Amino acid sequence: MTDSLRSGRGIACGLLLSLTATLAQAAPLLIGVITRADDDRLEPKRVELAYLGQPGGPLRSGIDVAIAESQFELDAAKLQVKVEAVEAATADEAKAQAARFEKAGAAALVTDLPTAWTQAAAAATKLPLLNAGNADNLLREQGCRANLFHTLPSERMFSDALAQTLIARKWSRVLLLTGPEPEDVARAAVVQASIKRYGLKLVAQRPFKMSADPRERDMANPLLLTGNTDYDAVWVVDTDGEFARALPYRTALPRPVVGNGGLMAEAWAPRFERFGAPQLAKRFQKAQQRPMTGIDWAAWQAGKAIIQAALAAPPTKLMQTLNGADFALDGFKGSRLSFRPWDRQLRQPLLMSDGQGVISLAPVEGILHPKNVLDTLGADAPEKLCKATS
Amino acid sequence: MIDTIPLHRKYAGCLLLIAFGLALAATAHAKDSGKVFVSSEKDAALTVIDAKTMAVTGVIKTCKRPRHMKLIEGNTKLMVACSDSSKADIIDIASGKSVARIAFGDDPEVFDLSLDGKTAYLSAEDEGALTVVDVATGKSLKSIPVGKEPEGVLTSPDGKRVYVTSEVANMIHVVDPAAGTVLKNIAVGKRPRRMVLAADGAELWVTNELGSSISIVSTKDLNVIDTIKFEIKGMRADDISPVGIALAPDGKTAYVALGRANHVAWVDVASRKLTNTVLVGKRAWYVALTRDGSRMFVANGLSDDVTVVDVAAVKALKSIPVGRVPYGVVIDD
Repeated sequence: MTDSLRSGRGIACGLLLSLTATLAQAAPLLIGVITRADDDRLEPKRVELAYLGQPGGPLRSGIDVAIAESQFELDAAKLQVKVEAVEAATADEAKAQAARFEKAGAAALVTDLPTAWTQAAAAATKLPLLNAGNADNLLREQGCRANLFHTLPSERMFSDALAQTLIARKWSRVLLLTGPEPEDVARAAVVQASIKRYGLKLVAQRPFKMSADPRERDMANPLLLTGNTDYDAVWVVDTDGEFARALPYRTALPRPVVGNGGLMAEAWAPRFERFGAPQLAKRFQKAQQRPMTGIDWAAWQAGKAIIQAALAAPPTKLMQTLNGADFALDGFKGSRLSFRPWDRQLRQPLLMSDGQGVISLAPVEGILHPKNVLDTLGADAPEKLCKATS
Repeated sequence: MIDTIPLHRKYAGCLLLIAFGLALAATAHAKDSGKVFVSSEKDAALTVIDAKTMAVTGVIKTCKRPRHMKLIEGNTKLMVACSDSSKADIIDIASGKSVARIAFGDDPEVFDLSLDGKTAYLSAEDEGALTVVDVATGKSLKSIPVGKEPEGVLTSPDGKRVYVTSEVANMIHVVDPAAGTVLKNIAVGKRPRRMVLAADGAELWVTNELGSSISIVSTKDLNVIDTIKFEIKGMRADDISPVGIALAPDGKTAYVALGRANHVAWVDVASRKLTNTVLVGKRAWYVALTRDGSRMFVANGLSDDVTVVDVAAVKALKSIPVGRVPYGVVIDD
């Protein structure tokens, strides 16, 4: 337990002491951050590879940037915000941390945890828990909870965005390559559903494997994997990313690659040029000395949501405020963002990026929706996939 | 002297003078070149359009990422704030050439001038500050911290206040430029952008890009007295993202560029009601009027053109292709 608290409690306490000396009136607004201990995705060697869609550093970076940019408003309201980041090594630990934060008077939690751990943490508290790192649809569907919000887009939003992009280009025949990991299998099913929803045609689905073994070349050689059939695009599902990254320009036919390689749907891209995005990207880069990833954006947006809600109404009413019909966030993506009342997923545009620039946005022009075009990405209200109402 | 005063103050001045029964004609504009200048963020250039013929007559090279512009020195020169160069370019209108470049803070976006034209107040987007610059030397005199991403800057008619919007803090900061302090922070709608003074200077109207609204601030009491929410049949609230705003010469109508709703709206100042809309280009975000108020030039950020609107007929006349990502429009007529 104490081990999992290692990240910065002492510093936070020291800070708190020095602040209470100068400003005694209101208790600071505490944001609890829970992430997984020994996160493989944050191994320095892995972070150096900078796979799109994967974290680039600690979750709290985005929250710290959110607080810094809100300092003027916070000072005006005489509100102090304190972040305490802890780690959990199991679902039980995540649960205990969530309960402990509630006891300590936290206003809200921000997490990047595996699915079952997220559920356990959300179940252990009445506080709003903002998931900024897990895209699993399950957390927005049968595993949803009334206090569980999501600033990171769902898997389905990512795949809907790509499917819309393909249909807008009239690249409708898709060859699907899927990886061997259990996550790959689950995500391939989400991709298939998006392919179907947007009227794309699945030409074939083929499993791939990272291997140099000549006996497995059918599954490992890009030319063989993409040969003997015709298609408009190759959609690769590769949670790890190593195979997908090297797939473009190695297909048997000269066709684009999308998915986890080539063109990808992202919550954020550090070189996005529209809607004031460069300012946010610059603030993050300056403060954290690294580019802002999609998960950083989701953490930043979670921090902003909590601060904005706390400034709008008493912190005890945070959940109601976040759920309010007129609660809108500025995500620097050109649209007004808000939490969908049916699953508390933040509706938002997605950026199509090849890792260099932003090629286009989704929802694509021409896709229509009876109420809000952003709701063409992900689970919509009439599907009633989440039974927990707020 | 009056020529160096920004348009909104000129109008306020006009009203005042008319009230006193004086004619203003004698102080008229030195050049009246009939040129319309459009800054292009991606081109390091200004497109020049003939206001009457609506034809492009030339392109002026300038510093990088030119954004907000103002006429200065009796309308003989154009001052252009360049965000990427952190400079202001001074362009001689007669020759169409740059005659000086001054340092202009860090990443300047919008600026206004002191009444004597000697001092510029500019929003430094990156820093989150209002920078005070000596126009003659380009020296930064003061940097006054405000909310992040300051945008609109407007000097009050008496020169004693500067209003600044912050897109991130969702506030208007009322700054005392002499003391270098913020007098008051006024919470307005989401992502406040540009401002005009209306109702003879009694009201400050600010567009809220993501609030789909205009906040009206009393300049006397410095509080929000009303909010005009744009609800327009056939347009979704989320698409209505007002940015640019300009006031008719008679002060009776405000014209508002509605951003992604691709329209310009007419708002009656007295009743605060929407009266007309006209379809223009994509992401309409800057509005400028001819001096007589008969024509409106609207910069469309996402269709790289400027739409000319006949104000009396409530009709778009022509869309003129300009440079990449047009930002602002200044009319010298």
